[in-house]
Amino acid sequence: MSLPKRTFDALVIGAGGGGLRAALQLAAADFKVAVVSKVFPTRSHTVAAQGGINAALGNVTPDNWYWHMYDTVKGSDYLGDQDAIEFMCRAAAQTVYELEHYGLPFSRLDNGKIYQRPFGGQSTELGQGQATRTCAAADRTGHAMLHTLYQQNIRAKTHFFDEFYAIDLVKDEEGYVLGAVALEIETGQPLLIEARATLLATGGAARIFRTSTNALINTGDGLGMALRAGIPLQDMEFFQFHPTGIAGVGNLISEAARGEGGYLINRLGERFMERHAPANKDLASRDIVSRAILVEIREGRGCGANNDHVLLKLDHLGADKITSRLPGVRDLARRFAHVDPIEAPIPVFPTAHYMMGGIPSNRHGQVVAPTVTGPEEPVPGLYAVGECACVSVHGANRLGGNSLLDIVVFGRAAGSHMLDYLRENPYPRPIPKDAPAPALARLARWERGGTGESIPEIREAMRRIMEEHCGVFRTGDSMQVGVDKMLALRERLAHAVLHDQSKIFNTARIEALELENMLETALASIVSACARAESRGAHSRVDFPARDDDNWLKHSLYFLAGTRLDYKPVRLKPLTVDSFPPLPRVY
Amino acid sequence: MSGAHYGLRDWLAQRFSAVIMLVYTLFMVGYSATQQALNYDTWHALFSHAWMRYFTLLFALSLYLHAWVGVRDILMDYVRATWIRLPLQVAAIVALLLYTMWIVTILWSVK
Amino acid sequence: MRFSIYRYHPESGAKPVMQDYVLDIAPQGKMLLDAILALQESDPTLAVRRSCREGVCGSDAMNINGRNGLACVTPLADLKQPITLRPLPGLPVIRDLIVDLTQFYQQYRSIEPYLVNHDPEPEIERLQSPAERAELDGLYECILCACCSTACPSFWWNPDKFVGPAGLLQAYRFIADSRDQATNARLDDLEDPYRLFRCHSIMNCVAVCPKDLNPTEAIGKIKALLVNRTV
Repeated sequence: MSLPKRTFDALVIGAGGGGLRAALQLAAADFKVAVVSKVFPTRSHTVAAQGGINAALGNVTPDNWYWHMYDTVKGSDYLGDQDAIEFMCRAAAQTVYELEHYGLPFSRLDNGKIYQRPFGGQSTELGQGQATRTCAAADRTGHAMLHTLYQQNIRAKTHFFDEFYAIDLVKDEEGYVLGAVALEIETGQPLLIEARATLLATGGAARIFRTSTNALINTGDGLGMALRAGIPLQDMEFFQFHPTGIAGVGNLISEAARGEGGYLINRLGERFMERHAPANKDLASRDIVSRAILVEIREGRGCGANNDHVLLKLDHLGADKITSRLPGVRDLARRFAHVDPIEAPIPVFPTAHYMMGGIPSNRHGQVVAPTVTGPEEPVPGLYAVGECACVSVHGANRLGGNSLLDIVVFGRAAGSHMLDYLRENPYPRPIPKDAPAPALARLARWERGGTGESIPEIREAMRRIMEEHCGVFRTGDSMQVGVDKMLALRERLAHAVLHDQSKIFNTARIEALELENMLETALASIVSACARAESRGAHSRVDFPARDDDNWLKHSLYFLAGTRLDYKPVRLKPLTVDSFPPLPRVY
Repeated sequence: MSGAHYGLRDWLAQRFSAVIMLVYTLFMVGYSATQQALNYDTWHALFSHAWMRYFTLLFALSLYLHAWVGVRDILMDYVRATWIRLPLQVAAIVALLLYTMWIVTILWSVK
Repeated sequence: MRFSIYRYHPESGAKPVMQDYVLDIAPQGKMLLDAILALQESDPTLAVRRSCREGVCGSDAMNINGRNGLACVTPLADLKQPITLRPLPGLPVIRDLIVDLTQFYQQYRSIEPYLVNHDPEPEIERLQSPAERAELDGLYECILCACCSTACPSFWWNPDKFVGPAGLLQAYRFIADSRDQATNARLDDLEDPYRLFRCHSIMNCVAVCPKDLNPTEAIGKIKALLVNRTV
């Protein structure tokens, strides 16, 4: 069977905010751009982002990008690359105005400017006061952003391959990425999409955990593709647990709830964040609030019959504020927690939410890997942005409101750099005859019949391992057990079989391919975590409770081959300003 | 711009014609209720007035216009093939035109 | 719990059938999607679209006991048994509960769903008062799940020519935006007897919308604007 081929200038894999922003940049410059997405674009997980996007517009309180930069560096527990952080914070205002011009329906202040709300970990004057920096469209900012960006791509006539699942990248001997093989889900037929530049924007992977705020599609597909293409993953030990997932089910209750004045209480009715973070209280950064909740529960002050959660109190805000500023939060609480936050507090528990690590990239969106000349050599023709990438602006802990910013700032930057790259490389390189073979072999593997374990069993086992051995609090012994279990599970997955061999819209086959990516992502995460013998940001070791800048102020790099780890230095030098030296992190 | 631009016109026509039909109907109900007896003589007397003939003609024209838009709506929904829909629409128009001529004949035949 | 689910698998050559399932699940606090995912574990051939599992991505729209809705926000305990699941009506079925939404998306694209503003771009945001912004509430929240359009008889008859409630709601979302300058062109586009005026105010769209939006009201407002500029 010959593999059908389509040729474009650029290929974007993933149609969330990052992918769509980059695609828009390319399509608006009259390049032919294909966007491959396993779901219809507006179903991408950006749609679920609630609270907002950070930019120092200063619409409510005086603000500037430098303060935002300070907060982001501090929030990252000094693991963020300060050049990329400066780039992002400087670009933030312009990027938000651009979204507004595209039509994003931001909420408004009385003077007609974009509404901003306070969020966690944000300050004025380098830690003095609470900043009001998060631009919001009620509590549906991600939904509004994703639809707006999709709409702009309709206007720019971007070519969409909806419900195509990317299998693997296609490379030549010199390491140039020449496109990807994708599976048309409706027909089950593979397709080679040739492009001179390829962008991975496949989002996160928090579905490797048992309870997660993430959509079921967040399975780390881009991470798996990168690993199989020989590219390492960076800082995979840093997984953010959002303090306020709905207890038991995991659905996200936005930090906007606390930004608008809500706060957490324990079974004594005590506002316990006053003890854990006296200055910022409930608006301390997420890693700190999540750990505080778990400490409260561990010390017997949890709520409910089993003392297994805490409560998020909003009823004092009044019905008006809740219905106008937090309508989506109210809707989720009523549906999933059976509580109306106007009347009663919402039961919450820290829940896997965001992957700070990912495919190593620079501030132009180029994927960088240690090859010949150094630790950060661009992989020609390959880009990555958004949650699947690690720029790294979030370091060891992301601030709320910085992920929507990350995707549009670096989506735009990657699009711009891809334009330059396409102009410098005007002709496609020949695709070696056997280059798509590994991707096709990956597909063919699941056509093997016989008996064996099913996908759901292995997936559930993986999630349990992550929950038990790689949660909020970690110890070396437990993680080592987890690594061994995960390696054994990988062996089991190699022998699993697919019980549905049909071609047309075979969702079981997609889930099998997704599980392969998830399992590699989970392994990368737990192996990286096991090695890092310190506590930093979201990575909290009971056996190494302190941050260790002498030995661990460095990025981890995990390689698929031999599950090997390597390290590279943090870029502490910003673009123009002085470096923020690592200081103790107090909120 | 796309498509034919009579959507609004017809939609409005349907609503205005409905108002006229309603007014006529209310008048007839009121008239019937206020008469001692309803027989050939009372009806003959009513329809001897020129204004009543014009009023009735207006009502009938409204009815036909209303019916035309309604019938066309049904044909648009259920008859997908233009080569069937067009003859059916023409047939409806011809019928409504015939009714128009017929009612004029009837109304002005009252002596 | 008992389920009766529409099964269609084009490769088998067989006609669609309703297949019965029994699932051991405690319905309290669970959503219909939870049950479907549990059913999939024992029968991986049952195909359904799903993603966010909280009613914001719009993937898992289906016909539930005769009424369109999102499986992920439909409480299991509220449903009468056997729970009958069919694909959204009026569109071609690809497989099981998955329909081909091409025509639905095409109608969305046809209303040019993006802000048009010809003024020079200011260096900051375009200003919009809270009252002007409030005009967009109840419009921009649409998740394109297609529950409304596939509940609309007018859309069943003319999915190629009638924009349908979802598309019209979005058309009005841009007409109502104080920043948009293409109102006249948008109204011109809808003056046709099919694109807007196939709506007969049946209001199925309002009854099924999982986000509690009101396309019929938006359509009424478009008609009012058309009348205003014509007479």
